Amino acid sequence: MGSLFTPLSWNDTGFILTGILNTVTISVVAIVVGSILGLIVGFIRSESNKYTNALLGSILDVLRSVPLIIQLILFSTFIGILGYNMNPFVTGSIVLSLYTMAFMSEVFRGGFDSVHGSMEIASRSLGMTYWQTVRYVRFPISLRAIFPSWLGVALSVIKDSALVSVIGYMELLRTSEQLISRTQQPLEILIGVGIFYFVISYPLSLYGKYVERKMAV
Amino acid sequence: MINIQNVHKSFGDLEVLKGINLDVKKGEVLSIIGGSGSGKSTLLYCINAIENIQQGNIIVDGIDVHHKDTNQDKLRQKLGMVFQQWNSFPHLTVLENAALAPRIVSGLSKDEAISIAEKELIHVGLGDKFDVYPTKMSGGQQQRLAIARALSMRPDYMLFDEITSALDPELVGEVLDTLRILREDGMTMITVTHEIAFAREVSDHVAFFHQGVIEEMGTPDEVITNPKKETTQKFLSKVLT
Repeated sequence: MGSLFTPLSWNDTGFILTGILNTVTISVVAIVVGSILGLIVGFIRSESNKYTNALLGSILDVLRSVPLIIQLILFSTFIGILGYNMNPFVTGSIVLSLYTMAFMSEVFRGGFDSVHGSMEIASRSLGMTYWQTVRYVRFPISLRAIFPSWLGVALSVIKDSALVSVIGYMELLRTSEQLISRTQQPLEILIGVGIFYFVISYPLSLYGKYVERKMAV
Repeated sequence: MINIQNVHKSFGDLEVLKGINLDVKKGEVLSIIGGSGSGKSTLLYCINAIENIQQGNIIVDGIDVHHKDTNQDKLRQKLGMVFQQWNSFPHLTVLENAALAPRIVSGLSKDEAISIAEKELIHVGLGDKFDVYPTKMSGGQQQRLAIARALSMRPDYMLFDEITSALDPELVGEVLDTLRILREDGMTMITVTHEIAFAREVSDHVAFFHQGVIEEMGTPDEVITNPKKETTQKFLSKVLT
C-alpha cells in the first residue's frame, strides 16, 4: 500500500477526457434544445398579444432571475422527493436547457420583432401566405441579425455547464475536483481546466465579433 | 377591372374613407392626389386586402376582395404593389429578390422563375445588378427592384403608394421613368403620388382626395389644369409652387 495521495499521471488522461466529453455533451444538448425551444417561445411572444406575453414573460423572468445553481439543486431535490431516481445528466440537461431557453427566447424575439411591419406587408403583397413570409423572409433575415447575440448566450451556457457538477454530473469541473482530492495538485489541474474553457470560448467569441463586424458593413 | 363601391374605412373612431366610388378599367392609369391624411394610401391598402373595410365593396375582376370566402393570398397575385419604403429582402441578391415569389407563390420551377425575374429586372434597367445585394444599391435602384419584384408575379394591376416620397430628389426621375415604361406597356395602374406634373402626364384619370372623400375626379386637364372646386385649387396652388 503506497501513499494516500498519488500524483497526476498520464493514466488520468482517459478520466479527464471523459470529463471534457461530458461538458461538451451537456453544453451541446442545452444549446440545441434551448435554441429550439427559445425560437418557438420567442416567435410566440413576438406574435402574441400582451396578455399571453405577460404570462410567458413572467415564467421566463423566474428562469432568468433565479441563479442556475439554485435551480439545479431545487430541481434535483424536488425530483428526489417525488421518489424518482433521475440520472444527473438528464436532470442537468433539463435544467440547463430551460435556463438556456429563457435567454434564447429573448434573443429570438428581438430578432423577429425587428422584421415586422412593412417588410411583412411587402411580402404578403406578393401573394405569400403568412407562413411563407415567416419561412422565406422573416426567419432568414432575423436569424442572421441575431447570430452574434445567439453566440454570446451559447458561450455563457458552455461556462455555466460547470455548475451541473453540484448535482453529481461528471463533467470537467467535477472530474477535476476528484483528481484534486486524490493528487492534492489543485493549481495545475484548475489551470488546465481554465485553459480548456478559454480555448473553446475565445475563438468562438472572436468569430462572433468577426461576423458582427461583417454584417455592420 | 377594379370597381370600388361606397367604401367606408375607419381606424377606431377615425373614419378615413367616407364612401369612395371609383372604377379603373383595364389599361387605364388612375392617379390619386391629395394632402396627407386624406385617405389615399389607405384606399390602396384596402384594394390589396392589407386593410379591411367596414362598409361597401371592392370588386377586382368580379372577385369581392373583402368577402369572407375570398382567398386573399391568391387575389394579391393579381395586384402588384410597391410602397414608399422599398423593403428589399436584404438576405437575397437582386435576382433572388425578384425570383422568390414566382417560385414559392406561383410554384414555377427555379429556371422559369429566374428567367421571368431576369426579364423584369432588365425591363426596369437593373440588368447589370443580378448578383448584387440590394443594400449595396441606391434608393432609386432598390425602388426599381421593388417594381420588378412585383412585376415578376405577372400581375394584372399595379398599385403604387407614394413610391418616390422617400427618395432623394435626384433619384426620383429614374423611378418615374420606370412607371412611364409600364404606362407604354399598357399596365393598369393606380398611383398615389405627390408628383403632380407626372400625374398630369401619364394619367387617364386623376382623383383628388380630401378628408376621406373624392372631392374632384376627371381627366388631368379637368382636375389639375382647370380644377373647379376651391379645395382642389387650394391644394394644387400649395404643391405646385
